[in-house]
Amino acid sequence: MSAGPRTPFQNPVVEWVDSRLPVFTLLNKEYGVFPTPKNFNYFWNFGAIAMFMLVTMIVTGITLAMHYAADTTVAFDKVERVMRDVNYGWLIRYIHMNGASFFFIAVFVHIFRGMYYGSYKTPRELLWIFGVIIFLLMMATAFMGYVLPWGQMSFWGATVITNLFSAIPVVGTSIVEWLWGGFSVDNPTLNRFFALHYLLPFVIVGVVFLHIWALHVTGSNNPSGIEPKTEKDTLPFHPYYTMKDSFGLVVFVAIYSVFIFFMPNALGHPDNYTPANPMVTPAHIVPEWYFLPFYAILRAVNFDIGIPFTDIVFIEAKLGGVIAMFGSIILVALMPFLDKHPVRSARYRPKFRIALILYVLSVFALGKIGGMPADAPLFHIGSFLLTTTHIAQLLTLYYFAFFLAILPWLSTREKALPMPDSIHDSVLACKSGKCCDA
Amino acid sequence: MFKKMMLTTAAVMAISVPQAHAAEGTGVHEIVDVPFSFEGPFGTYDKASLQRGLQVYRQVCAACHSLKRVAYRNLEDIGYSAEQVKTIAGEVTVMDGPNDEGEMFERPGRPADHFKSPFANDKAAASANGGALPPDLSLITKARHGGADYVYSLLTGYAEAPEGVVLAEGKHYNKAMDGNVIAMAPPLSDGLVTYEDGTPQVATQYAKDVATFLTWAAEPEMEQRKKMGVKVLIFLSIFAVMMYAVKRQIWKNVH
Repeated sequence: MSAGPRTPFQNPVVEWVDSRLPVFTLLNKEYGVFPTPKNFNYFWNFGAIAMFMLVTMIVTGITLAMHYAADTTVAFDKVERVMRDVNYGWLIRYIHMNGASFFFIAVFVHIFRGMYYGSYKTPRELLWIFGVIIFLLMMATAFMGYVLPWGQMSFWGATVITNLFSAIPVVGTSIVEWLWGGFSVDNPTLNRFFALHYLLPFVIVGVVFLHIWALHVTGSNNPSGIEPKTEKDTLPFHPYYTMKDSFGLVVFVAIYSVFIFFMPNALGHPDNYTPANPMVTPAHIVPEWYFLPFYAILRAVNFDIGIPFTDIVFIEAKLGGVIAMFGSIILVALMPFLDKHPVRSARYRPKFRIALILYVLSVFALGKIGGMPADAPLFHIGSFLLTTTHIAQLLTLYYFAFFLAILPWLSTREKALPMPDSIHDSVLACKSGKCCDA
Repeated sequence: MFKKMMLTTAAVMAISVPQAHAAEGTGVHEIVDVPFSFEGPFGTYDKASLQRGLQVYRQVCAACHSLKRVAYRNLEDIGYSAEQVKTIAGEVTVMDGPNDEGEMFERPGRPADHFKSPFANDKAAASANGGALPPDLSLITKARHGGADYVYSLLTGYAEAPEGVVLAEGKHYNKAMDGNVIAMAPPLSDGLVTYEDGTPQVATQYAKDVATFLTWAAEPEMEQRKKMGVKVLIFLSIFAVMMYAVKRQIWKNVH
């Protein structure tokens, strides 16, 4: 966006525009010749893939909005009308519905990549925090989007999640009624959720802009975690990474298409094909799969926190659960400040690497538990009956210990493996077969 | 080793995610796996079965269950001519209006009308059925775990209540139903519907045909969707191979 020195373009039209508004210069600088570490692996595709998913969701979402009406008496029928009577309506809706899942898959992999290779560390802390803000906005958007078809799970999911805010002391109930626009999830709630579901994606676009801006100031991290030093370490973004990203994107879209065309409802819940009924509670209320780990953390805190052996309670179980759930995401944002180890990449940090892989496994396991009923009996250990809640509590403990104990502890105590001098050297080591396995 | 681990984790996740929803409900939940023609990526609807299923729906289910999201015109998809659809629609009388004089009037059904519901509203339907509302069947195979298998299992899952299970007046024991207690009396019996194409007139066949018909009612786009999916995947596979080749070519000289 700067008016710095400009190389003239050959094409007269391009030159005419560029001399007045240097968009072509900007594009060339940021996406053409932009120096990018040459050792990216395929984990680095997921930023571009997430960007593609965001655009896909906005385009299909606007199309769906043209056929939708946020009114409890007709919302379900409108969605079914899209599925049956709108030309290719089923295709647009299935792209959007499964798109939410695949957007989350892309973003989860993207976040994992950042954790594994230390992309959150100096000087990329703000870039990382923008990313977590995008993730939070995505969660809010996805949650409100799931309410719009006004099926059973839409209604009851909305009821359960909005009720969480009632755990806030003193003002909780007022906040919930303010969110609902009444005394239960009803027409005003559906209306405002639709308005916000339409708004938030554009807020995400804004934060994505900041995220990419910050990225282009610091430049990308890379699998070795070593900053580029010479020209030998980098390649121009185009054509090297435009091509590599395109290839990865096509593979991703192919997997996404398998879901759209052959198993479009596999990631959803059958109850959402029954119209919402405030008089009938589903047997088992579950959120969408991408919320399950956080849902499991929420339910894991089923005890009041206070002074033991007295009636004094500081934090009630419900509030504790809500704090734990939101805290689990806040901690991700704080990761750059919890992990002060000078080495970025897990390649050269064996202990961190094990802790991180256990963390990922605990998130998967929490997701599994989140989809199961709370307090479901698993098996007996002697006379002790182990339930899903116990497992969730253990996993939650590890989740928090990873951020609050393991990361700070390893920061000063972990001895890193010997590192190559430059990205170029690490690539040569790989080529000669002495490669690290990541 | 790391890559392998990631792949394994991804595979475990892929398998465990859809199942996260499956382990729900209580009691015996016996769902029979029926081989349907529309299963799998190339599966299509058996038109003869769809038409027989429509017959079962109209002669049996329609007494209590609505099918309000399906229009008579949609029946052209399952092999009826425009004339035949007109005849089928014309067999019902629908309330229309108000006319220019402000009066409501009755007229024969038209292809553009949706299937006529057996009751005026949900309250009337529940009241006529001992307080239990017979669900609309337009989306039933998408709204239940197991889909068409569930519908088949429910229709054929009636049994004597096991010892110790006491059923309330007007309730029945069913192996597929969540909680095993259902208000609907066994709807199908051998010989109930007369098939004209020589298909065995037994309850299991009726159940299979009506489960097929209801799957179509819930997913009328399925055949088109799968056909398009095959084309999309063939295109994307070729495109991916090409992109990979181009990528290799461009990266050839990078050290």
